[in-house]
Amino acid sequence: MTTKREKTVKWGEEPKIGWVEAMYLPAVMSGVATAVRHAFSGKPMTRQYPDVEPEIPPNYRGVHRLNRDEAGRVKCVACYMCQTACPANCIEIIAAPAPKDDPHWKDRDKYPATFTIDELRCIYCGMCEEACPVDAIELTSIYDLTGLSREEMVFDKEKLLSVFDKTVQSGKDPVRTNRGVLGPASEEAQSAKQGPPPPGRGRHG
Amino acid sequence: MPKVIVNDIEVDADPKDNCILAARKAGVEIPHYCWHEALSVVASCRMCLVEVGEKKPDGTIAMGPKLVPGCQTPIKEGTVIKTNTPKVKTSQQLTLELLLLNHPLDCSICDQAGECYLQDYTYKYGKAHSRLDEPKLQREDKYHIGEQIALFTDRCVMCTRCVRFTREVAGTAELQVVARGSHEEIDVFPETPCNNKLAGNVVDLCPVGALCSKDFLYKKRVWWLKHADSVCTGCSTGCSIHIDQNEDKVYRLRPRENPLAQGHFMCDEGRFGFKYIHDERRLLSPKLVSSTNGAASSSVVGSSKGAGGAQFADPWKDVLATTRAKIKEAIKTDARGFVAVLSPFMTVEEAYLLSSYLKQLDSRVRLVMGPVPMVGSDDMYPKGPKGEAPEAGRVKFTIRAEKCPNRLGVEAILRHFEGEVISVAQVVAKADATAWYFVGGYQHGWVTESIDRGVAKPSLLIIQDLFPSPLSERADIVLPSGSFAERDGTYINHSGLAQAVHAAIRSPGDARADSRIFMELTERTGLFNATALRKEIGNAIRALSALSVGDLGEHGVKIGVATKEPVLA
Repeated sequence: MTTKREKTVKWGEEPKIGWVEAMYLPAVMSGVATAVRHAFSGKPMTRQYPDVEPEIPPNYRGVHRLNRDEAGRVKCVACYMCQTACPANCIEIIAAPAPKDDPHWKDRDKYPATFTIDELRCIYCGMCEEACPVDAIELTSIYDLTGLSREEMVFDKEKLLSVFDKTVQSGKDPVRTNRGVLGPASEEAQSAKQGPPPPGRGRHG
Repeated sequence: MPKVIVNDIEVDADPKDNCILAARKAGVEIPHYCWHEALSVVASCRMCLVEVGEKKPDGTIAMGPKLVPGCQTPIKEGTVIKTNTPKVKTSQQLTLELLLLNHPLDCSICDQAGECYLQDYTYKYGKAHSRLDEPKLQREDKYHIGEQIALFTDRCVMCTRCVRFTREVAGTAELQVVARGSHEEIDVFPETPCNNKLAGNVVDLCPVGALCSKDFLYKKRVWWLKHADSVCTGCSTGCSIHIDQNEDKVYRLRPRENPLAQGHFMCDEGRFGFKYIHDERRLLSPKLVSSTNGAASSSVVGSSKGAGGAQFADPWKDVLATTRAKIKEAIKTDARGFVAVLSPFMTVEEAYLLSSYLKQLDSRVRLVMGPVPMVGSDDMYPKGPKGEAPEAGRVKFTIRAEKCPNRLGVEAILRHFEGEVISVAQVVAKADATAWYFVGGYQHGWVTESIDRGVAKPSLLIIQDLFPSPLSERADIVLPSGSFAERDGTYINHSGLAQAVHAAIRSPGDARADSRIFMELTERTGLFNATALRKEIGNAIRALSALSVGDLGEHGVKIGVATKEPVLA
């Protein structure tokens, strides 16, 4: 069976190797050389973790957090976009009508009654963050997530909000957004400089 | 049949069609909001504007100078409809921009998202940006519209479908438009909420997310719901429905358009009446009561707490084997005294399986009709100004007094096997039964005091039902059965329309759909297959010969039409 090759697709060929390379001896020798060089360089290569914590790039995708809005409420509107986008099925939300009688919640219609993420099942792909229309869910640079039981690793709404509080206090906000305020890459921030806002940014847009 | 040319495609249209219907026949969609097949035409949304012209007999085409609303424009021989011209496309874009002018675009919290015509049409025909610089008008949500209905006022596009529905189909006219211009809103008069028995339909009619069902509000995003075509079991009208479920939980029922059954709508009794299928009181595991040394010890087979009872991996295997043996024993002792009570909630297939099996064991076994629930009298719509029923020719919707889906179907089976339809009350009055096999499946309690007393203490009492009852308390064998959402089969409605029902969910616990219980009980080979069984029934029973087609299709098959005799009267 012949494969139909599309014109738009660039096909790479395997590099041809001669008989010297085919013996693999040069590759083995260069590997040994590297090991010997490191062994006698005198420079310590071991990371002294956990005494010395490594510098984590700010776009690292670690533990999730749920952002709070200006009033301190959970920013999530329970639209289920993250749950829909999640390829690992690790997010579970139960939505409820916002308590309209409470003046604190007057301008909100829907909120997440529960919001749980199974951090063990999560593959940290960041799709939830990308899907979120209100920038409520974010991945932080917290990487050292440990627990003594599986239940402990299923984060509920309060725990996710506490991750937000913790990261805000320590000043380790993710770079993608800035403390829940839209970052410079967002459409709205751009158009604010350039002209009238585009439609579709919530009820107050 | 007038020939109509839609975007250069020639189709045969109905003389009564408007441009939207004619275009639909050509496979061309004309977007529309305010027009609905079952309601009057107002042509107010301007979404269906198209170019219409005429093909002259000499072959030349003369197009009209202006765009016309497709919903309002009738067709005739040689009508030319164009929906893909720049003029039409620009008009659609502008109309959508205007409809979305004050729309909050809160799709993320809107229940309609995923099945919203604003979303769909904007994606297909709209443009990406609005040119509105002013702040959008914001309006208060109205939760007082009705017990089951909430109005998110600022999402409304003022198509007035809901207003026309309450005026023309329900006849109760609770909803109306208040104020003018951009301040127009849907509202009710003070103290007169929209609580009529058809009110739930306005939620389905609403093409956007303005009218939402309070019952379904924020329960599930619609893209996770899976749909099964079924039939409402609330009354003998037998409305065609969709069962929307996710992970074996039914979230809502929606009417499915069926011109042969009920039309476009369904009543609130049926729409919200499905909750009982998730009731926690339901029977979940089969139960055998074994009498030893006079003292009856009951064992809930299959349950981990079955005290004294043997534990089985498949509780049904042994229960059904015992049931079969006990039925045979009882029939051997007194065949005339063995009475099987069939409920009008059984499908035709289930009634056939049980009846043919018992009659084949011994033809003297009696098959009788279970109680047929009747509540009040038929409720017809549209109502008059004082709530009176409409004249005979003007009825658009009927909620029937007979609160079961398949009396005619079960009666047809009984007539074939028994010769006549005997009611359970007659047998109870005679008091000559020694063994009972009750099949329930009713929505509400059905064991009346007279039945309870009449059954007394038979030598064998088998109950196959959804809920515990006085009879199941003292039954020898209890078989937990399935609700309508768990069944496959056929229901025959009041007018002899046989419709197929399809299982939407799995039964809770160890409960099983009746069809599956009967397949194993009667030792038939293979799995239950409604289509194959329908063919068998159609060939075996003359009154139901229309079922021999097997696949009943979306709309069902009229039984009386095929046999040309009023066998089901």
